[in-house]
Amino acid sequence: MTEVAERTRGLGRVPGPVAAAFLVMEGYWTWYRRNWRSSAVSSVVQPVLFLLALGFGFGSQVQPGPATGGLSYVLYLTPALLVATAVQIAAFECTYPVLGSFKWQAQYVAIAATPITARQIVAGQLTWVAVRMTSSLLVFVAVAAVLGAVTGPAILISLVVAVLGGMAIGAPVTAYSATLETEGPFAGLFRFVILPMSLLAGTFFPVDLLPVWIRPLAWLTPLWHGTELARGAAFGGLNPWAALGHLGYLAALFALGAALAVRFFRRRLAK
Amino acid sequence: MTETMAGIAAGRPAGGPQPRGLLLRVLPTGMYAGRARMLVERSLLVNRRTWLAVVSGFCEPLFYLVAMGVGFGRLAGDLVGPGGQPISYVAFVAPALLAASAMNGAVYDATFNIFFKIKYNRIYEAVLSTPLGPIDVAIGEIAWALLRGGLYAVGFFAVMLGMGLVTSPWALLVVPAALFIAFGFAAIGMACTTFMRSWQDFDLVQLALMPMFLFSTTFFPLTVYPPAIQFGVQCFPLYHGIEVMRALSTGQVDGSILGHLAYFLVMAAVGLVVSANRLGQLLLR
Repeated sequence: MTEVAERTRGLGRVPGPVAAAFLVMEGYWTWYRRNWRSSAVSSVVQPVLFLLALGFGFGSQVQPGPATGGLSYVLYLTPALLVATAVQIAAFECTYPVLGSFKWQAQYVAIAATPITARQIVAGQLTWVAVRMTSSLLVFVAVAAVLGAVTGPAILISLVVAVLGGMAIGAPVTAYSATLETEGPFAGLFRFVILPMSLLAGTFFPVDLLPVWIRPLAWLTPLWHGTELARGAAFGGLNPWAALGHLGYLAALFALGAALAVRFFRRRLAK
Repeated sequence: MTETMAGIAAGRPAGGPQPRGLLLRVLPTGMYAGRARMLVERSLLVNRRTWLAVVSGFCEPLFYLVAMGVGFGRLAGDLVGPGGQPISYVAFVAPALLAASAMNGAVYDATFNIFFKIKYNRIYEAVLSTPLGPIDVAIGEIAWALLRGGLYAVGFFAVMLGMGLVTSPWALLVVPAALFIAFGFAAIGMACTTFMRSWQDFDLVQLALMPMFLFSTTFFPLTVYPPAIQFGVQCFPLYHGIEVMRALSTGQVDGSILGHLAYFLVMAAVGLVVSANRLGQLLLR
């Protein structure tokens, strides 16, 4: 009896903004605790397989040269693969799950009936994505280190940069997902934005190899900025002003995406 | 007359084809009305408004091909081709990508789409209340997957032609070969779908396709592996598909191609028999 009373009292309190965001995250965590295996395949096994097949396998055909910064191909690839993986995870976690939380499971609608605000839901969602990326990338870095595909501890700075790069995609995509009524456009997003970006924006080979007219498109992608930063952090030799520019671009995209997401969440949840 | 009565009792239309031939003796009777084309027509009608999504599926291998041409190829230089003569990296990878895209397209069609239709849309329950049987469903769905796959293969071949990667008249056969490969994978994929319980099981599909795509000599030659692993790689069906495609696109064709194709014939036969039986159990309960 007292237990029930305590619980009711606990629910009657309006949580502060940080506590509210954590409550939203706790919802994701409760689900994830039971279902982590399915995402382990796409967020850890897949990048490790890419590292093996393209880093070691394809890399065996590549002579270290100016294009790879004088490094063996697999060492050259690892920091960039961190960013590409972060972008993949962010893109996935901010599309179907976000739309589903409005439409199929509708837990955002349920949360909005509590004192938790739209801004706090967005904060919880984005923090959760960042946690997912960080944990997956830590496992990936550990595996890569065991395989000898890492130049040194500076790869952990690359990891932080990779998470920022992922958030620079995740926030705008979250905003976009909040405006959709059906999941149809996601296929196009993955096929025409995420996939070409992963293949062409500097992960597997320098952007300088692209035809001149595609390069500006690659420069627009957060993946390219993240990749430049991640390689700079791991190997050194990045101009501080350039680093600042890349960081600024990623932070600006994230801020813009988050602001739009709050706006669209608020509009949709008010309906 | 008695034959007609038996036909009606078995759920076949009176005027429909009677069961005969080896396949129909292996399979339970009353499952095939010879009207699989009606299901293909349905797929055409359903996809009439989403044709843009269907056509855009062709872009995916294209992006890979472009990345290989402008980037990977310049990093790697030339490799040793099937006949022992040097071959550019793009020419090495392009036929493998065609085989891989045939695999991916066929498997996704035969797993995700079919699972959705069995479990959520329940269209087959409606289909089976007509004269069509489970084998019509199996053949109709695989035929539709092949039609799409054939469309993508033709498009990909056209791009290969445009990039100057086609050097032998044998290469004209890559399109039918892609259909053959897709058929094997679609049949096996469909058979697996009938065993799936929930969406979580699709991670297993992903877990089978992804390593196969990456390690079946798609991006680097078999000689990169140590001998023990080479044997393992040669067990992958996609490895055989890629061997067929590479032989055809470079014109280095010999008898071994029949062996590789036989692998897919066995896959297709096993997949069809299993999926028709399982579909019967699932749908005619």
